[in-house]
Order: sequence, then C-alpha cells, then structure tokens
Amino acid sequence: MSDDIWAYSERVKKHFTDPKNILEIDEEQHDYDGKGQVGSPACGDMMVVYIKVEDDKIVDFKWKTFGCASAIASTSVLSEMIIRDGGMPIEKAYEITPEKIIKELGGLPANKIHCSVLGDKALRAAIDDYYKKQDKENPFKKEDVEVVCECFNITKEDIKMEVLEGAKNLKVLQARTKIGTQCGECLDRTEELLEEFVKKYYNEEVYNPDE
Amino acid sequence: MNIYLDNNATTPLHPAVKKEIRKYLDYYGNPSSMHETGRNVKNILIKSREKVAEFFNVNPSNIIFTSSGSEANNTVLKSIIYKKYEFTPHVIISNIEHPAVLNTARFLEKNGVDVTYLPVNDDGVVSLNDLKKEIRKETVLVSIMWANNEIGTVQPIEEIAEFLNDKDILFHTDAVQAAGKVTVDLNETKVDFASFSGHKIYAPKGVGILYIRNFEKNRRFITPLIHGGHQERGIRASTENTIGIAAIGKTCEMLKNEMDEEVKKIKSLRDYFEKEVEKRIPEIIINGKNSKRLPGTSNITFKHVEGEAILLRLDLKGIKVSTGSACSTGSLDPSHVLTAISKDPEVAHGSIRFSLGRENTGEEIDYTLNVLEEEIEKLRKMSPLK
Repeated sequence: MSDDIWAYSERVKKHFTDPKNILEIDEEQHDYDGKGQVGSPACGDMMVVYIKVEDDKIVDFKWKTFGCASAIASTSVLSEMIIRDGGMPIEKAYEITPEKIIKELGGLPANKIHCSVLGDKALRAAIDDYYKKQDKENPFKKEDVEVVCECFNITKEDIKMEVLEGAKNLKVLQARTKIGTQCGECLDRTEELLEEFVKKYYNEEVYNPDE
Repeated sequence: MNIYLDNNATTPLHPAVKKEIRKYLDYYGNPSSMHETGRNVKNILIKSREKVAEFFNVNPSNIIFTSSGSEANNTVLKSIIYKKYEFTPHVIISNIEHPAVLNTARFLEKNGVDVTYLPVNDDGVVSLNDLKKEIRKETVLVSIMWANNEIGTVQPIEEIAEFLNDKDILFHTDAVQAAGKVTVDLNETKVDFASFSGHKIYAPKGVGILYIRNFEKNRRFITPLIHGGHQERGIRASTENTIGIAAIGKTCEMLKNEMDEEVKKIKSLRDYFEKEVEKRIPEIIINGKNSKRLPGTSNITFKHVEGEAILLRLDLKGIKVSTGSACSTGSLDPSHVLTAISKDPEVAHGSIRFSLGRENTGEEIDYTLNVLEEEIEKLRKMSPLK
C-alpha cells in the first residue's frame, strides 16, 4: 500500500471506511434545528451539516459530504466530538478549529489539512442557521468577519492564522486552505492580505516562487 | 489481493523482459570500450535498436535511446529555444497533452516562443481543421499526442502527419500511451519525431525512445539536453543504460508477436467492464466514449461522488486505479484533460481511470465490478448531491 496517501492514521482510515452519523435519509424527512453548508461541487468539496439543539447543547449532528477521504473522516470524527457526553455546548462547538479536529484524528498529511477545514465551518454555519431560525442573535458570532474566499468560506482571520503558522506565500497558503483555487475571484484580495500579514509578522516581502 | 488496473501509469515487467534483464546483469562493460567486454555490451545496444526499429517499422539508425518519454519530449520541444530564428517561433500543442509536453510548452512561452493550445471536442479529440486554422508562417513545430493517457482518446495523427508532410513544419507526437496498444507504424505515418517510454510497455522505468525521421536533416533542429560523449549519435550523451535498453528491445520483440492477440483480449475485457458498469450503476458517464480509444482505457465519471474517495475505497479492497480529482494529485487543480472535455465540475472531481493491461483477467474484472457497485452506493449515500 502506498505510504504516501495512507500516511493517514489508523483512526482516519477507520472513520473513512466506517463513517459515523451520516444522514442516510433525505433532508426533507430529517428533523433538525440548524443546517450549514460550505463548498460546492465546483470547489471539489461540499459539506452539509444538520444539528439538533437542546438546552444550548448540540445533541445531534448528522452530515453529508461530497469529498475526499480526509473530508469524510474528519467530519465523522467531528460528529463524534460533538455528540459525546450528552452533547457539546454551542459555545464550545462554535470555537472548534481544524487543529482540534486534526488532533482528534491523530494527524493528517499536510496537503490534506484544507479538507478538514470544511467540517468546522459547516458546523458554524449550522449554528448560525439555528439562531436565525430561533430569531435570536448568535452570541458567539464575531462581528465584522470578512469572508475572503466564498468558495471555501475562508476569512481574513483564517489567513492571518495561516500566515502566523508559516504560510508565507500564495502557494503554501493555497496548499493549506485551497483559497482562490476555484473561481479565483478572491485572489487579488488574498494576495493583498498575504502581503499585509507577511509584512506585519515577518517584516518580509512575499516571495512567490515561479513553479 | 492485487488487481492492478493502472497500466497507463506504469506496467509490470513482462516475464520475458525480466529474464532478459537477469541475463544481462553481469554485462558490465562500457559499450564505447573497444575491448571485448565493451563490444559484448555494444552488441546488446545494436540488437535492441534493431528490435525497436522493427516494431515501429523504421530503420535502427533513427532510434535514439533516452532515459524516459519525458526526456524525449523535452529534447524536441526545448530545441526551439536554441535555434536562432529571425522571428518569434510558434508552436501548436493540444490542450490535453501530458504534463511532459504541456509544462515544457509553458517553459517555452517564458523563453520567447508563442504557443497555441489547441482545444479538443467533448470526446477529447483535436480536429485537423482547427489545427489548420492555427498554422501561421512562424509555426515551426506541432506536437500532438498519439493517444491521451487519462481518457485514452486516439488523436488523428495520420491525418495531421499527412497534412504537415509537405510543409516546412516539424511534427512531433508523444506516442507513449499509444505504443503497444494501437498500431504505431512510423513508416506509414510520417512524423518527424516520436517519443516512447519503456515502463508503459512492460519494460522498466528509466528508459525511453526518441524516434527521429530524416535523421541528417532533423538532427540539425535538435540541441541535446545532455552534452558530453558521442553516444546516441550525438543527440544524447552519457553512458547508455544498457540493461534498460536491452529490456526495451525485448519488450518490443514480444509486443511484435503478442500485441494483436493481447489487444483483442484487453479490449473485450474493457468493453465487458463498461457494459456491466452501465447496466449496474446509474448516473455514470464514460468519458471519450464516442471517439476512437485505446483498447484498455476506461475513464468513468460516477456522479455525486469524489474521485479520491472512490480510489481509496477500491485500494482497501485491493483494486488499483487512478483519478483526476484535485484531492488525489497533490496539486489543487483537477485534471486539465477532464476540464477540457466537460464543464460539469463533477466530471473533473468524480472520475476514475481504469487502465487494463496484459495480465488482467475476467475474474478480476468481475470482482472489480462487484466492489465498485457496492462502494459507489455507499459513497452516494453520504453525498449531499443528487
């Protein structure tokens, strides 16, 4: 078996071959309080998450995905993280980062990290939807979030975090987040922010190698 | 279990080739040495070149051994940069070329060459008429692959060769995928240059072929990638990969005898496979189906599911295939071939290439069909798309 692609942990493999909490019925027949969707077939990944909420806890988490092995495994593991011990408080669920999911999975190959970014984003979108349906303000939503890449729902804050973690050129940023790799409309803004953060945190110019 | 359906990526060694390699392992001489140890190895090269030439129906002196198909492609295309043209030279390639041609053409663009990327129709084939429209007086080279590696479509190489024959335009074809699968008769089809690779035709990695027609004339066009000794008629320096060359000669000898029968068997397995997939799995697209295709290549889109997920599910069941999905490639873009033939993003992201070879059996295909049917159903249950 090729070491490269199966550089996945046993846990990833298990969740990929036997994923948990998939919504196996049609959406119309499913009873849920909030739904979140990110990505699209054109983006190569699409994730839909359905949650049920009781006493400010997420007690049910079902999902569907059009995506690769790590997208499947990471969402499966996320679903378990959320519903175990009687459900995760919304506040805590809203703060889940890709890093936490990857840790739970026992690691992912570097070029696969962008895939798992989708699960937490779809979950936040589902929580937003839940509050909207309740006609309530989402107390956890951060103000003035600038979504840079609509395709993959990547915010200015996400770019900042990636730069802080060493993504100092567009190629690396794209390898980690997929930003601007589909419709490409956000590329100008992405490069602008990349310049800004690389200047700010490293006092360097962005250097994009040719090939 | 190992069901290897990735023969367009690389092939297992032919048993006769294995035997040949073993036979020559102790022939360590340098073919350029005048003594007997060297001459014995020189004889391997001579014999191998003859076998290769016979298979492609050309003269041995027109065969140059290289390290790979990629090297052969690079040698031809990059030569343009070193020619002193008094105008901006223009090159035409198809937009479904292998990266060894495609990325080399992009490199040419950075070095003052104009490149036209000829589109293909929905069935993955270039048209001679489109090509004619792109010809300019500055056009110095046309490079069109004989057959596509991903979807197996065979290009109208004979027609193009005929059209270009009386013009002052060189014609190169990357025939890496065509060799051993469709008839490549270079006496009949008058291309100036053709590239081949050993490991796609049951010989090992590390050996390829550059065919040069009208050697004395066309050698003037070529600038070697590797300068050094006088090996390979000055086209390609460095002490020859003697064992690889022995192997590629042997494989050509075997193909000459076995190809017709093998191709017949492989094609009937492929046709059976596709017929069954169509019968058993709904919502599929067989890419390139309406055009002439390589006998063993089947590229299928399974709607609503992602290619890498299918590939890995099959891998866990011992079935080896490939996909053009972005996730699988390590790059972020899906296959340029699939995006060239379809605007449907699901085609680009949800396609699997099954490529059959001489060792595949009917039992393997039946097992694959069963696993495929089961896994596609499971993955579609997970999918939000309908």
